[in-house]
Amino acid sequence: MSDGTSGIRPHTIIALVEDRPGVLNRIASKWRQRGFNIESLAVGHSEKPGLSRMTFVVDADTNAEQVVKQLDKLVDVVDIRDISHEDIVAREMALIKIRTDRGSRSQIIDIAELFHADVLDVEPDSIIIEATGDEQKINALVNLLKDYEIIELVRTGRVAMLRGPAVSHPHPEEEDQQYERYPGPHTW
Amino acid sequence: METKQELTGAQMVMEAFIREGVDTIFGVPGGANLPLYDVLPEYYPRIKHYLVKHEQCAAHAADAYARVSGKAGVCYGTSGPGATNLVTGIANAYMDSIPLVAVTGQVISALIGRDGFQEADIQGITIPITKHSELVRDVNEIPRAMQEAFFIATTGRPGPVLVDIPRDVLQQKGEFYWRDKVELRGYKPFSQADPNEIARAAELIEQSQRPVIISGHGVIISQAFAEIRELAEKAGIPVITTLLGISGFPGTHPLYLGMPGMHGMYWNNLAIAESDLVIGVGMRFDDRVTGRLKDFAPRAKIIHMDIDPAEIGKNVRPAAALLGDVKASLKELNKLVVHKDRTPWFNWLEDMRRKHPSIVIRETDELLPQYVINSIYEATKGDCYVVTGVGQHQMWAAQYFWYDKPNSFVTSGGLGTMGFEVPAAMGAQVAAPNDTVWSICGDGGFMMTMQELATIAEYGWPIKFAIINNNNLGMVRQWQELFYGNNIVATPLKNPDFVKVAEAFHILGLRAERKEEVAAVIDQAMQHPGPVLIDFQVKHDENCYPMVPPGAALHETIDQPAYAQTPARLPAPMEVAAS
Repeated sequence: MSDGTSGIRPHTIIALVEDRPGVLNRIASKWRQRGFNIESLAVGHSEKPGLSRMTFVVDADTNAEQVVKQLDKLVDVVDIRDISHEDIVAREMALIKIRTDRGSRSQIIDIAELFHADVLDVEPDSIIIEATGDEQKINALVNLLKDYEIIELVRTGRVAMLRGPAVSHPHPEEEDQQYERYPGPHTW
Repeated sequence: METKQELTGAQMVMEAFIREGVDTIFGVPGGANLPLYDVLPEYYPRIKHYLVKHEQCAAHAADAYARVSGKAGVCYGTSGPGATNLVTGIANAYMDSIPLVAVTGQVISALIGRDGFQEADIQGITIPITKHSELVRDVNEIPRAMQEAFFIATTGRPGPVLVDIPRDVLQQKGEFYWRDKVELRGYKPFSQADPNEIARAAELIEQSQRPVIISGHGVIISQAFAEIRELAEKAGIPVITTLLGISGFPGTHPLYLGMPGMHGMYWNNLAIAESDLVIGVGMRFDDRVTGRLKDFAPRAKIIHMDIDPAEIGKNVRPAAALLGDVKASLKELNKLVVHKDRTPWFNWLEDMRRKHPSIVIRETDELLPQYVINSIYEATKGDCYVVTGVGQHQMWAAQYFWYDKPNSFVTSGGLGTMGFEVPAAMGAQVAAPNDTVWSICGDGGFMMTMQELATIAEYGWPIKFAIINNNNLGMVRQWQELFYGNNIVATPLKNPDFVKVAEAFHILGLRAERKEEVAAVIDQAMQHPGPVLIDFQVKHDENCYPMVPPGAALHETIDQPAYAQTPARLPAPMEVAAS
């Protein structure tokens, strides 16, 4: 996972995909075969029945145009676009479990409050906090918590959408097209 | 509108075939696909099944059938090994954009995922080598799945689709339906070239002094034979065809220059290096065509016409990109192009062709493979289908044969599958029963699939097999000689007596060991009404030139080294071109 603060920004790509078995397998297969370096992937139901929405982040060195074009060839990928250069809202969530004792607990809670993170679980010698924000914020929080013992860290990866009323994957009703089938016999 | 009737899953598959115009299946039966065989007699002779001896050959035969007939090819395999044996054939069709529908039987639903006998996750296995694949778990989904399979396979950039159906689903009954229209919201193969890009392409053509057309397989797939010819003649541009583009443009046409790339004509590779405009039509700038990519066509702007958006900008950056069916794009482009006098460019090309003949045939007593292939051309004048395997013989069949019959060259290009020549000849012959099919074989490749001689004998397909027998895995041996310090390892072959092999399979076997015998055996083969195998015992260490060494650029092509000093002759069509 890149720290998101340095140099060139990774690409954020969002896709609307059929909610069918094997879809993830197909997409992952393309990534693997074409050597695309995927930093994070988040997937879940979309507002449309039968369709899931994915957000994935590919590192800056990857040819994002090829990622989009290759994945768009999959029948199960309904729509896909690179939104790296658009005005977007992007967030991820992290759950962090930290070892605590009487001394450190209140300090950790102070840090959590500073980051508007919620405390989900408090045990005598551990605490779980939930943080939501962009990668930089999560990274900063994790960095501060390194003074304590982080037992476990889990991050969802980025989810993103366009700002404003625009739909990320507009889907016009398909107009009738002339379908050119693989043609028959041959002449010059 | 939907039509409905109660049918078993296997019957539904058949009904789908009928609606898709399928009348030919190549396959092998087994436990899991038996229901598909059980219903075959019901549908005979509307649907004919040909029993092959190995599923790989079912896929290759269906692949070549599709290439020659212009319809989707269909193959069957059972679960497990039957399905995995199809994999090479499916991958071959994927690389060469061939519409192939593979229907496999799967173990019964209750056993899936439990490592049942002959279970293989063929849908998963074929994900990277199919345009789409589906495991159908519900009998009522079969009509939809089949309709979609044909739709996906035959539209846009064609490709293979696999439909895997468990045996119990094939036996269950359900309601058959057939829709007027396939609805796949994620499938969008249709696009038309942007008029601005077309106008720009026409402008680039008009401005260019040294243009070349590189015509690829897309021209054949979309049957843009007349359109590519019109572009070349109207604008006055020479045409180079990629390996798979051969027979997309008439081989003896004065504007035709032959093949480019690794074993392409020297003058072509130099012409591309010298050119100021490369017009790639239905081709994908494959590494065998471009040589070292960063030095490909350094002086040229590029016009790229292709149906697959992912190919545009993948290897080269075009100055104009015409996305869509190349036939439609060419029609529009042809309206705008104007003829321009490019005499200096044609003079340059003539000069290059005189100085670097590339495909002269040495005058020698030895039986040269080039001589054999050129003799088949002389005997047939190209009025036949030529099917090849992969290796030296394939390159010579591309170099020493002139294809005036549209779409008459059937070869494994992208995947480079040795052994393709035998089953592909079967598919070609079934698709063109009244034409002669010559299968030019390598001895190594032939032995990978020669069990199909039994199939050929059984059905009596009158295929003419010409084994270019150098007792070597010739192309690999050539690489060992040139790039591995002549360290010859695992390439010499101790071949069987191919004449006796043919006879054992009830096929006429002939042999030629000397030049004088060649014309006679070719003639005898052509007179013979049934299948024939000719064992041409050629020089064992002949190398294939010209050659771009691996990793080199096109302008670094090595031409035929010794030929300039040796008495030699040009094949007849080249003499015409040179005069």
